[in-house]
Amino acid sequence: MAAPRSFLWTRRIFLTLLTAFVVLPVYVMVSSSLKPLEDVSGKFEWIPSGLTLRPYFDIWETVPLADYFVNSIVVAGAATVCSVVVAIFAAYAVSRYTFRGKRVFTVTVLSTQMFPGILFLLPLFLIYVNIGNATGIALFGSREGLILTYLTFSLPFSIWMLTGYFDSIPRELDEAAKVDGCGPLSALFRVIVPAASPGIIAVAVYAFMTAWGEVLFASVMTNDTTRTLAVGLQGYATQNDVYWNQVMAASLVVSVPVVVGFLLLQRYLVAGLTAGAVK
Amino acid sequence: MTETAVAHPTEPAVRKATPGEARAPRRSGRRRIALPYLLLLPALLLELLVHLVPMLMGIAMSFKELTQFYIRNWGEAPWSGFDNYTVAIDFDAPVGQALLKSFLTTCLFTVLSVGLCWFLGTAAAIFLQENFKGRGFLRTLFLVPYALPVYAAVITWAFMFQRDNGLINHVLHDQLGIGDSPAFWLIGDNAFWTLLVVSVWKGWPFAFLTVMAGLQNIPRDMYEAAALDGAGVWKQIRHITLPSLRSVNQVLVLVLFLWTFNDFNTPFVLFGKAAPEAADLISLHIYQSSFQTWNFGTGSAMSVLLLLFLLVVTGVYLLLTSRGRKTSDV
Repeated sequence: MAAPRSFLWTRRIFLTLLTAFVVLPVYVMVSSSLKPLEDVSGKFEWIPSGLTLRPYFDIWETVPLADYFVNSIVVAGAATVCSVVVAIFAAYAVSRYTFRGKRVFTVTVLSTQMFPGILFLLPLFLIYVNIGNATGIALFGSREGLILTYLTFSLPFSIWMLTGYFDSIPRELDEAAKVDGCGPLSALFRVIVPAASPGIIAVAVYAFMTAWGEVLFASVMTNDTTRTLAVGLQGYATQNDVYWNQVMAASLVVSVPVVVGFLLLQRYLVAGLTAGAVK
Repeated sequence: MTETAVAHPTEPAVRKATPGEARAPRRSGRRRIALPYLLLLPALLLELLVHLVPMLMGIAMSFKELTQFYIRNWGEAPWSGFDNYTVAIDFDAPVGQALLKSFLTTCLFTVLSVGLCWFLGTAAAIFLQENFKGRGFLRTLFLVPYALPVYAAVITWAFMFQRDNGLINHVLHDQLGIGDSPAFWLIGDNAFWTLLVVSVWKGWPFAFLTVMAGLQNIPRDMYEAAALDGAGVWKQIRHITLPSLRSVNQVLVLVLFLWTFNDFNTPFVLFGKAAPEAADLISLHIYQSSFQTWNFGTGSAMSVLLLLFLLVVTGVYLLLTSRGRKTSDV
């Protein structure tokens, strides 16, 4: 059935305006990253007059961007892997077993989502310092501390989403595996994990993005050697000047890996949300 | 797989209890009972260490006189009873006044931001439901704000809102001739709207993503049946699409509400450590007032009050929506 004109026109206008809204900052980011410093310090120009790739070379010199990059990759990567593994175990338990305390567990874990991050910033800082003093394991200021923090940030949502995803996998599948002689754990890894791989990818993407984009804990809990991109990008602003072209170039460089990865995997995210969160 | 229908009375595997069934049979032995707990153990330990213990500590700290002298050894800070709370909610004194102002700002901001995110996300998802040329491209494009790291996206907006060299003033003042002189966007009263624009830009794709996922659960034949009955597209949206999204929306609005209310990253990257009064969201306010006065006891009390508020709102919301669901199902 053909849609009426009123619908088509509303759709056209709405989508055009929304596209402009979405694209605007991306355009500014790209175009400003190709301008010389005089140009970004002056009036904004829609069409850059003097194109240059200079900022893309300078960003690595102005601040140790490569080091921040490595820190961010290590921290976000490790947090993602750990978070996914922990979430798979927990979601399997919640989805496949009935046990005492199940409801308490799910409610508690989910409700941590609503805690304001600011509430446990200082306590966590003190805990890490105390653990460091007592055991010699440096959590404060180290990558490990940040990994530990971040992996719990994405955990509640991951467990929730994966539980929904596992629930959607017919029990006959793992029961068949058990009949064939698999223990519960090998049933999990041989049957459920492969069947739930879209959901697991979705959770991994979510966990990675959470860790890659976090600012508050990154600014309090890192030092000169462990600083991540979230904090490092502020280094382009000096007392007198902001190197806006370099800020934009660096923003683009740090965004490209996540955006590309995300867009490639986004259909899994929709699939994961459909099965997990949206029921 | 058809074999599974055959009963295996000797099979010790833990059967999944169906709703009416009692919990896993005892005879399956201790190891089996322990297994779910073992699987949960890592998650439990992590949640305890990073969320629950810090939260309890935060609550304890809110009853202490926790100034910078005690920060390394917070256990020895003197108890102060409800002093921190009285300071936080004394709305006649500067601290309480500022907190109340920040709280009200955050409420208004959250309502506007969540409303706009929901509206844009839902409308975009519905408009992209039918196939047309360019649909796949737009679906991907609309997720870009969600995928961009907060600091990279927000720093770009901060650049666009610069008074002298930003795009916004170039368009509004130079090209459209609005205002006698270029406006300030990152300080003063305009900062509220600046923050709202950035927050909606960053937040709406999540609503889009969630609603898109929700739309996939609506059976196609409902639309076909409605079309046969002569319902046009608008009527179908009103009577099929929107009602079917009810349960999705209930979760979505709650999640958006919690994220927006607690958002620290956006104002922090946009304004730096101290936001202008008009855009002083509560998380940044607590952070800033804690580190400015170095009185972490008061900061903790404020955080606990914030948590209590969120708990109450969430509780009431869940109560109302679940009751609504029950009556609508009848």
